[in-house]
Amino acid sequence: MILEVENLSVRYGSLTALRGVSLGVDEGQIVCVLGPNGAGKSTTLAAIAGGVAIHTGIIRWCNQPISGLMPEAISRLGLSLVPEGRHVFSTLTVEENLLVGTYQRRDRQEVAKDMKRALEIFPRLRERIHQPAGRLSGGEQQMLVICRALLTNARMLMMDEPSLGLAPIIVDQVYEMLLNLRQRNGLTLLINEQSSERILKFADHVYVLRSGELQLSDAAANLQDGKAIMNAYFGFDARPAELAAAGNGGGR
Amino acid sequence: MIGFVQNIVDALSLGSIYALAALGIGLLFGILRLINFAHGDFITIGAFALIVPSRNETAVMGIGSLPFIIMVPAVCAIVVIAALMSDRLVFRPLRRASSPTLMVASFSVGYLIQNSILVIFGARPKGIDLWSALGKQIAVGPLRVPQLELVTIGVTLLLMLALSAFLKKTPYGMQIRAAAEDFQMARYLGVKANSAIGVAFALSGILAAAVSLLYISQTGTLTNVLGVPLMLYAFIATVIGGMGSLVGAVVGGFTVGFLAVMLQAYLPDDLRSFRDAFVFGAVVLVLLVRPAGIIPTRALAQRV
Repeated sequence: MILEVENLSVRYGSLTALRGVSLGVDEGQIVCVLGPNGAGKSTTLAAIAGGVAIHTGIIRWCNQPISGLMPEAISRLGLSLVPEGRHVFSTLTVEENLLVGTYQRRDRQEVAKDMKRALEIFPRLRERIHQPAGRLSGGEQQMLVICRALLTNARMLMMDEPSLGLAPIIVDQVYEMLLNLRQRNGLTLLINEQSSERILKFADHVYVLRSGELQLSDAAANLQDGKAIMNAYFGFDARPAELAAAGNGGGR
Repeated sequence: MIGFVQNIVDALSLGSIYALAALGIGLLFGILRLINFAHGDFITIGAFALIVPSRNETAVMGIGSLPFIIMVPAVCAIVVIAALMSDRLVFRPLRRASSPTLMVASFSVGYLIQNSILVIFGARPKGIDLWSALGKQIAVGPLRVPQLELVTIGVTLLLMLALSAFLKKTPYGMQIRAAAEDFQMARYLGVKANSAIGVAFALSGILAAAVSLLYISQTGTLTNVLGVPLMLYAFIATVIGGMGSLVGAVVGGFTVGFLAVMLQAYLPDDLRSFRDAFVFGAVVLVLLVRPAGIIPTRALAQRV
């Protein structure tokens, strides 16, 4: 396993955001964490990336414990977080945004090559390379942050709700890009989403989080009918009447 | 008319000093959300670095008597070391603290510096003579301009260009700009927080040292609180310029400089002693019209 999380708990003051969450990701896999708003999905990714202090638990990356390291140190190990809401540096140009992530690398010649290759994959960014990133559209900004994270030489990307605030057609493009990258570069992906609709098509493994606790962990192949996910997502344990009612509510 | 042009040169020169001091404050605010009230005292350190430490009334030039090309880097180095030490010893342990906590901490650093200087150098003001040859006036047509003012304006322009080039063209500069906009995201991309902040402190120290030298060559008097009024005006400059914007800090610095000089020149005689009240009144007016400053920063609005 390339990433292992064991018994992770996170507290914000007296509020417990995560309670004993364990999960694992194999190299080259696409793993999805599903859950409603406030379930602790973002906290999980931020804790792995070193952005929030963890209360208990161990996080291992390539069999080395990384819990307690600073975010910049974890990024330097090849584990890159793309947080929710894109976070482009809006006053920096597209090129400068891409460069910020490359300064941690020693292989400057490879950086130039990777940059060229990345801009071939993301032609829209090449067209706007000298524009301030704040002027890009939402979809272009999402492409920019993915590209920026890749250029850190990441082996694994953690994407926090990449579809949030984007038109469906743009979301399709983003996912197409991510699948493409996995095929080309053997990229491993850990993705948070609120909706299982898209993700079930190509995820290898699915976790469902609710109220800071893990509700479900199973191979995506076993979850295609969506029932188990819905039960875990809404917490309807064997209450068929409510389940049927929720089915119309668009939980899937 | 000639008097007016003369006033403009005066205003540019005073505004330069405020702008340089405001840039030092703005740099740290941008990256740390720290309003560094010790910045004025960094300026004081630069001034006292010129003389031999003693409590005697007459100041003896130490570093100040060295050739220019050694003296300037030496003063810069001393202020930079003081700035880096204050980061290492005070601000780094407070990294997760709130902005008000940081601000209060910076007050403490400032008082510590002021009183350390008091202990080491004594309480009496000391007169020193730095670059008095620059006090000569040169005639530009009918204008008579002190050389020192031209030097001040020129040095300020050079430093601004150098700072801007550093921030735009170097990897460290780019990381500082990224961190100033979104610190956490910059760290997720591998930007080392402590080194980016350290570089910002060092730059701020160099700017403070430049202000020390320019200011002392104009006033020639050393006191342990000489940086305090500079800090006050520079802080006001960053506020009306727009907190967090470096261009704003410069614009604000020149605005305050112009207000001060022009009011001094054109207020009726019996109101002139209340000049500062008019300066601050004008500042209030600017803030009423533009509460976020002349050049507001979007990064700040998102974060607070």
